[in-house]
Amino acid sequence: MTAATGYVPRRTLPLRVEIIRQFKRRRTMVMFGLLLALPWILVIAFQFGPQGSGQTQTALRISDLATESGLNFAAFALSVSASFLLVVAVALFCGDTVASEANWSSLRYLLAAPIPRDRLLRQKLIVALGYSAAAVICLPLMALLAGTLAFGWNDIQVPGTGETIPALDVLPRFGIVIGYALVSQLVVAALAFLISTLTDSPLGAVGGAVGLWIVCNILQAVEALGVLREFLPTFWNNAWLDALAPELDWSGMAKGASVSITYAALLIAVAFRRFRRKDVVS
Amino acid sequence: MKRVAALVAALALIGVTTWLVWPSAPEVRGQDQRITVVDGPADDQRVELDTTFFPPPDGGKAPAVLIAHGFGGSKQSVRQQAIRVAQDGYAVLTWSARGFGRSTGEIALNSPDYEVKDVKQLIDWLAKRPEVRLDAANDPRVGIVGGSYGGAIALMTAAHDQRVDAIVPQITWSDLADALFPNAATQTPTATTAQSNGTTGQSTEGGTGTTAQGAGSAAGTGQGPESGVFKRMWAGIFFGQGVSLDSFALGQRQAAAAPLTPEQARCGRFLPAICDIYQKVAKDGRATPEAVALLRKSSPITVADRIKAPTLLLQGQRDSLFPLSHADANAKAIAADGTPVSLAWFDGGHDGGNGEADWLFEQSSAWFARYLKGDGSAQTAPPVSAFTVTRDGGRDPGTRQRIRLHPEAASYPGLAGTDTTTVELTGPEQNIVNPPGGAPASISTVPGIGGLLGGQNTGGVSIDMPGQSAAFESRPLTAPLQLTGSTTVKIKVTGKGEATLFAKLYDVADSMQPPTLPAGLVAPIRVTIPEGAGSVEATVTLPAVDHRFAVGHRLRLVVATTDMGFATPVEPATYQVSLASPTLSVPTVRTLAAPPTGVAWWVWAMPLTAVVIAAVLLATGRTSTLALSGARTRRRTVASGVEGDGRQSVPAAAGNGQTHGIPAFTPNGDAAGLNAPSPNGEAHDVPASTVSDGKSSDDESVDAVNGHASDVPGGAASGDGESSDESSAVTPSSGEESRDAAVRNGHLVANGVIREPGNPEVAAQAASGEPVPLEIRGLTKAYRNGELAVDGLSFRVEQGQVLGLLGPNGAGKTTTMRMMMGLIRPDDGEILIFGDRVTPGAPVLSRLGSFVEGPGFLPHLSGRDNIELYWAATGRPAADAHFDEALEIAGLGKALERAVRTYSQGMRQRLAIAQAMLGLPDLLVLDEPTNGLDPPQIREMREVLKRYARDGRTVIVSSHMLAEVEQTCSHVVVMHRGRLVSTGPVSQLLTSASASAAASTGNGHGPRLEDVFLDLIGDKS
Repeated sequence: MTAATGYVPRRTLPLRVEIIRQFKRRRTMVMFGLLLALPWILVIAFQFGPQGSGQTQTALRISDLATESGLNFAAFALSVSASFLLVVAVALFCGDTVASEANWSSLRYLLAAPIPRDRLLRQKLIVALGYSAAAVICLPLMALLAGTLAFGWNDIQVPGTGETIPALDVLPRFGIVIGYALVSQLVVAALAFLISTLTDSPLGAVGGAVGLWIVCNILQAVEALGVLREFLPTFWNNAWLDALAPELDWSGMAKGASVSITYAALLIAVAFRRFRRKDVVS
Repeated sequence: MKRVAALVAALALIGVTTWLVWPSAPEVRGQDQRITVVDGPADDQRVELDTTFFPPPDGGKAPAVLIAHGFGGSKQSVRQQAIRVAQDGYAVLTWSARGFGRSTGEIALNSPDYEVKDVKQLIDWLAKRPEVRLDAANDPRVGIVGGSYGGAIALMTAAHDQRVDAIVPQITWSDLADALFPNAATQTPTATTAQSNGTTGQSTEGGTGTTAQGAGSAAGTGQGPESGVFKRMWAGIFFGQGVSLDSFALGQRQAAAAPLTPEQARCGRFLPAICDIYQKVAKDGRATPEAVALLRKSSPITVADRIKAPTLLLQGQRDSLFPLSHADANAKAIAADGTPVSLAWFDGGHDGGNGEADWLFEQSSAWFARYLKGDGSAQTAPPVSAFTVTRDGGRDPGTRQRIRLHPEAASYPGLAGTDTTTVELTGPEQNIVNPPGGAPASISTVPGIGGLLGGQNTGGVSIDMPGQSAAFESRPLTAPLQLTGSTTVKIKVTGKGEATLFAKLYDVADSMQPPTLPAGLVAPIRVTIPEGAGSVEATVTLPAVDHRFAVGHRLRLVVATTDMGFATPVEPATYQVSLASPTLSVPTVRTLAAPPTGVAWWVWAMPLTAVVIAAVLLATGRTSTLALSGARTRRRTVASGVEGDGRQSVPAAAGNGQTHGIPAFTPNGDAAGLNAPSPNGEAHDVPASTVSDGKSSDDESVDAVNGHASDVPGGAASGDGESSDESSAVTPSSGEESRDAAVRNGHLVANGVIREPGNPEVAAQAASGEPVPLEIRGLTKAYRNGELAVDGLSFRVEQGQVLGLLGPNGAGKTTTMRMMMGLIRPDDGEILIFGDRVTPGAPVLSRLGSFVEGPGFLPHLSGRDNIELYWAATGRPAADAHFDEALEIAGLGKALERAVRTYSQGMRQRLAIAQAMLGLPDLLVLDEPTNGLDPPQIREMREVLKRYARDGRTVIVSSHMLAEVEQTCSHVVVMHRGRLVSTGPVSQLLTSASASAAASTGNGHGPRLEDVFLDLIGDKS
């Protein structure tokens, strides 16, 4: 008899337990509250903001089209939040998950329970990714709801060319947009997760991930890097706009997903490898 | 961390080395020389050309490339390009054309009598160079590349000298007369207003037929230059540059020279004949037949059918001097005889734009690679698609800069496109006036500075003066329209005499944004209204552009009377302009498609590789450095598993220390615990164990041990076993030898069991079938800085003991406990819990309850949630948890429902101990459990621990509160600086100490553990 009765390694830290452990945290609540409130704040801003010259312009920036329909509004909400807010949300959920346990000292008790290290990471990663996905999904969905209530259910108008696509045709496209947003955030998630396993400071993990993200954003503005920039994780961040073009263009999103998955796989592998051998001294 | 740093350093080193070793582009050295050529109609004029020859950098024979400069330039202006081409593996010759730079002679505008003869002699010169590959004697393999003026000489030379093997003329003309005197209107010969619809096709043909010079319409802009509108500003700039060359190019040399003579000031370095003709046409704004004849002489269009060299024409889309129609005319004329021709419309030209220098270089180098070097000559398709257009590719997702796409077509469709879309225009007949003096004039492109004013994609500033223009507009487009080529429209002009008008096609987005004029191009038209007819119809060929009209945009045709770039009549006049036909024929090219890139290989390869690498990372990470020690452990376990005879490797009792000297608290074979159900059912009040320093790790020490043992009464096998090398560090000083011996002695007597060294012995666990709760062997752990936190620690804890782990701060107690929990990997040695080796996450840890270095709770959850979720996280059945018992120990009462963040230190401490006791683990490890507790709680805790051990479980308590340990623990392990100092039952330690203490201190009191402890760690002595 080597283990206590009833102890089975693959039953340790069930997802349900980890979800509850994380859900009751204030930062989870605040982040979701913010993401769910943002569309309404935007709706209010559009309602009470100056109405321009009153006439419907055909200037085709995505922000000008936001009030055209619920779908347009959701696309707008996603475009303004994808570059930073969602990055922070994803970095928060994935960066905080292990580091905060280390910070609370509860990590060592979980490991001594014992939860095998790989399993601890796996379960935590699944839950963190789940929360991240929920964050990425809930924003456009709430924006869709808010936009539809505020601006009606109309056909989507494509930024740039101004063509219209029937609303029902665009709904699956919207699914693609959300799916791609999820995939493109995978890099942030993996990066934050890696840092989370290396540090005891949750803020350090979140900040580190966001910081590296910002550095990438700056680097990709350096045109001298040429084609190398295509391999920066942030480069294809807005490729989901292609999904809203009249002709669905997969190439940008394929590249973006490729880069994202590449980085994510490597970073997560390194995270597992490091954590497996790490001396937990927190 | 060090490894990471080393890795970074190694990578940096590799990077730097690669950087240094990487083959840089070969160095190219130019050789300046002056080559004397003889030209002129009679071959009697000597001209010295200033040239630079760049031999191929890798030696040997290479094809030659002549690089011609643009108007106003010299060989210096193409020097960088020459070096780049030479590095590509060519012999390159640059020269300043006659009349430019330091070459002598006068500008003859690429005349076959002058410049062409010069270049032929340069080719002769090249044929004599040893570096140049020859096709035949005096026939070098040679290509010519050049822009504008240099492009025209490439075409002219290729037509006049069949030795030229490939040319890449850029932004150049086909008909200089047409370039300077364009007329985009084809006037319907019957000057009637009726029947307009039916006659469109005929009139176009008729227009082509009526062009007197035959080649005049080849540039695709309608009637001949004699009726053309003078491109005043461009012509002025063009000639002005030639005039002012002296002061620009040779300023330094001639600064001190005499002032210009009147003739020099008038004509600069132009051939006087050209100068005279220019002055005449510039004054009148009309082309004379002589002027046309002279310009035609310098026009490739007249000789283009003789060009046999494969030609890559690169024409700029933003070029109001030599618009796309010139490349079109050249391409058609050259291709007529089957010569390979490719045509690209790039984003650039005389009016600015991006220029796409790198892309142009790639195209031309592909062209030369095929036709000069012969790379891939087996293929039939030309290396550059027959027709390529640069288009706006939106914005770069990273920089938000404009990017360009290069859709291609396998055949060149011409300016009429492959398809035609008709767009309805509406608008009434409108009156427009030509202002007296032609001012103020509308602005389309300002020659020379268009590139400065214009944005990347717009036509720059376009202004129509009120009253001077008629506008006809389409409805908003319902589908995007990609115009590629020359739009045609038929208009009717009513008025008197000759009308000079300018037609342009705007892209109108909405009322808020100014309309854009694609490429800033305008079609000048001059129609003659026959006497008495009162009106005339004309088909206007608008400038060739590639432009995308977005949905919702309108097309607006504007016909104006003035344009700043052209000479317009000074007489005031009024015309009525209307649409002769309401349709605009917009050519589109269906076959133009972005190059079939497909999915880039890395899109699939990269994630797959990453996943493979990730898998490798994970798979290799599993076999850790402990593999080796793991193997060793296995061997040992096997040995110890052989119960009864093979146990010499793990001496459980009496510390015979002969092989490895693991010290152990060994119950004397049967008394495992206190009141615990002992293996053989006996209970002993006296905890029996052997104190053994047992530091020997060598077999050599066996003799010494035995020798020593013989000195000890009753102790056949006293486990002194100190190996010689470590004894000084661990054992008390020699003065205390007697006490030390007494301890062992006493122990052995009490033990009353004599074991022969090497004898098979029956260990406690053998009897019970249960391995000892904890066994530590040779445990070593170094800090990052190399200092040993735990150094060769070995001890052993038997079931039912309450073991105190004593030691000053930094003794390594907590580190040891962390290693017990599998949080830290030992550098060496191992820990066995119930016979299982502790590794991170080892299942046996489920039998270990721990509280180390303070509590760890989720602050946002209540105490109860924390406890319950912790148990849920272990995955074990809730029934096994014994929550009630554990929570009773915590004694938190109602506070259990509050969030942990509101707890005091003591409450957390108690909750953490309760958590450690969840599931009543067989081995409980507590680190300073009484910290933060008040005295009653401390007492209670003491009882709890004792009771816990009495139930057959084992407790390890680390503390530096010695009184506490004295009262709680049955046994102690004393550590100092990572090493074991002493082990044994508390009572034993105290007893043995009492003897020596009485001797040394003489105070008669029973010794306190404190004194013993201080003694042991050497602070007292």
